Amino acid sequence: MLLASVIAVDGLIYASWLFIVALGLTLVFGVMNILNVAHGSFYAIGAYTAATLVGVYFAADRPAAPAFLLLFLAAVAAGIPLGALIERGLLRFMYGRDPVILVLVTYSVFLVFEDLILLVWGTDPYFASQPSTALGQTDLGVLSFSTYDLSLILVAAVTGGVLWYALARTRTGRILRAVIHDREMSAAMGVNVGRMFTITFIVGAVLGAFGGALTAPIISVAPGIGVEIIVLAFAVVVIGGLGSIPGALVGALLVGLSRAAAVHLLPQVELFTIYGVMTLVLLARPYGLFARAQARRI
Amino acid sequence: MMDRTLLAVAVATPLLVGAGFVMPSWAVFLVSAAMAKALVVLGLLVLLRTGLIPFGQALFFALGAYAAGMALEALHATDAFLALAIGTLLSVVVAAALGALLARYRDIFFAMLSMAFSMILYGLLVKTASLGGTDGFNLPSPTYLGYAPHRGAAETALYVLSAVLLGLAMALVHLYLASPRGRLAEAIRDNEIRVEYLGASVRGAICVKFVIAGALAGVGGILSALSVGHIDPGMAYWTSSGEFVFVTLLAGAGSVFAPFVGSLVFETVRSFAVQYSPQTWQMTLGTVLLLVIVFLPGGLWSLAARLRRARA
Repeated sequence: MLLASVIAVDGLIYASWLFIVALGLTLVFGVMNILNVAHGSFYAIGAYTAATLVGVYFAADRPAAPAFLLLFLAAVAAGIPLGALIERGLLRFMYGRDPVILVLVTYSVFLVFEDLILLVWGTDPYFASQPSTALGQTDLGVLSFSTYDLSLILVAAVTGGVLWYALARTRTGRILRAVIHDREMSAAMGVNVGRMFTITFIVGAVLGAFGGALTAPIISVAPGIGVEIIVLAFAVVVIGGLGSIPGALVGALLVGLSRAAAVHLLPQVELFTIYGVMTLVLLARPYGLFARAQARRI
Repeated sequence: MMDRTLLAVAVATPLLVGAGFVMPSWAVFLVSAAMAKALVVLGLLVLLRTGLIPFGQALFFALGAYAAGMALEALHATDAFLALAIGTLLSVVVAAALGALLARYRDIFFAMLSMAFSMILYGLLVKTASLGGTDGFNLPSPTYLGYAPHRGAAETALYVLSAVLLGLAMALVHLYLASPRGRLAEAIRDNEIRVEYLGASVRGAICVKFVIAGALAGVGGILSALSVGHIDPGMAYWTSSGEFVFVTLLAGAGSVFAPFVGSLVFETVRSFAVQYSPQTWQMTLGTVLLLVIVFLPGGLWSLAARLRRARA
């Protein structure tokens, strides 16, 4: 019973983290049909920016509370310029090409950013654990968890909720959903599809950077974190169905709980539970769990 | 009457082999690495012609190498041909099994599922302490049916083996792609449903091509491992697959020579980039890929085709 609770809470924490990280990726794919490998770069740059800001903030003796705002600011500061630059400067000219070519374009962008990160921040790891340690531990019965980790669940819920509200209740969100359903028809109806794409990509970049910024206090921010995150985000997005936000949620939950179970019960398989889950899901549902039905062209 | 490409392969292979005896040592090593990569990319070329780009060829690259290495250790042997036989056999078996499964998927899902399999192998290899975990293990210096070359000649011997195998592979792949079964590749890429209506099995054809690609990747992995003398799980990581796809697109699918040309360019650019500017070699690669995608969507080989047309 105790083990089940530990697995459940651990799984929920990991699932929340995965959800935030994968959200931007699935949104961009849903609207623009691009599987953005550079999402890993957004994550990494968000983490580095957050680490730098937190480091600067705590260089003097300051209270811990406003530091959390810094994480969000880091994400926005990193995501908006990067997203705008890549979408307006490069991707805009590539629409209409084969989707796999677009993946490779984003892959080359990722390679460029990997080295840019090294040039700007160097090879040494950064540590920004103050926000995490400031919150301390919470006791749930006899179990003790890091409060910061638990708060990730709340943040994931809020982020998902905000995104859902934006898509379901705001005018821009409804237009975005129209673009997801049928790009051509939306354009015919007078929607500025190009601007929608830019907005979506920027939001995706901010979300990716947000995932990185949130993770910065609990890891050592070092070169290579972008590479690891890409496969994880891809797997979650593919499991849930490309472009589906509820799918990303379910996918994150599946992977999070499976991995937590693996860590506690069978540690040898921990590294590839995520791929095992992806394989099983794709075997049953070749397009992911919540994929939209697609017409077959003959 | 042999067609032009086969003739070119028949001429180029001895030239390549001969070059191995006159080139400096660093060049022999570079070209050996390029040839091993070219084998993998040759397999990818077959799949690219079918309209599929797998992101998990690193699976067979690593599988072939690990199988060969483990077999050599278990049998206390050092023969390169034995290593090749065992590694390739395992690659073919696994490719047949996975190909039957993967043939149901297309586009991104084909790519992602094959990547998932390669990452599963990576996870397995990293966690297996008896195989050295993340460190991997070393391979003994290879012998060739009893001939055990001494230090200086070892590199050249492996180079000659790689060149002969590459030439053979190029010829066989070219013959295959020119055959009716091979021509199905482009037909499937254009319109699968019509192919089915014409009576051919799309899934069967894709499975066969996947096995070919897997076998070639396995051979490439074994040669690469023998050349470096070391095997580690990084051979199965997704960035390794990414490199293969990168070179495939750099080279283009125009001819069986394209993979070798692309690999050579890639290895050369990377070696010099790493040497002269280690902080920015990834950036250089990324920029080169971007430029090729934007300006040369047919890959480097389309340059040759364009020159030929301009001259005509």
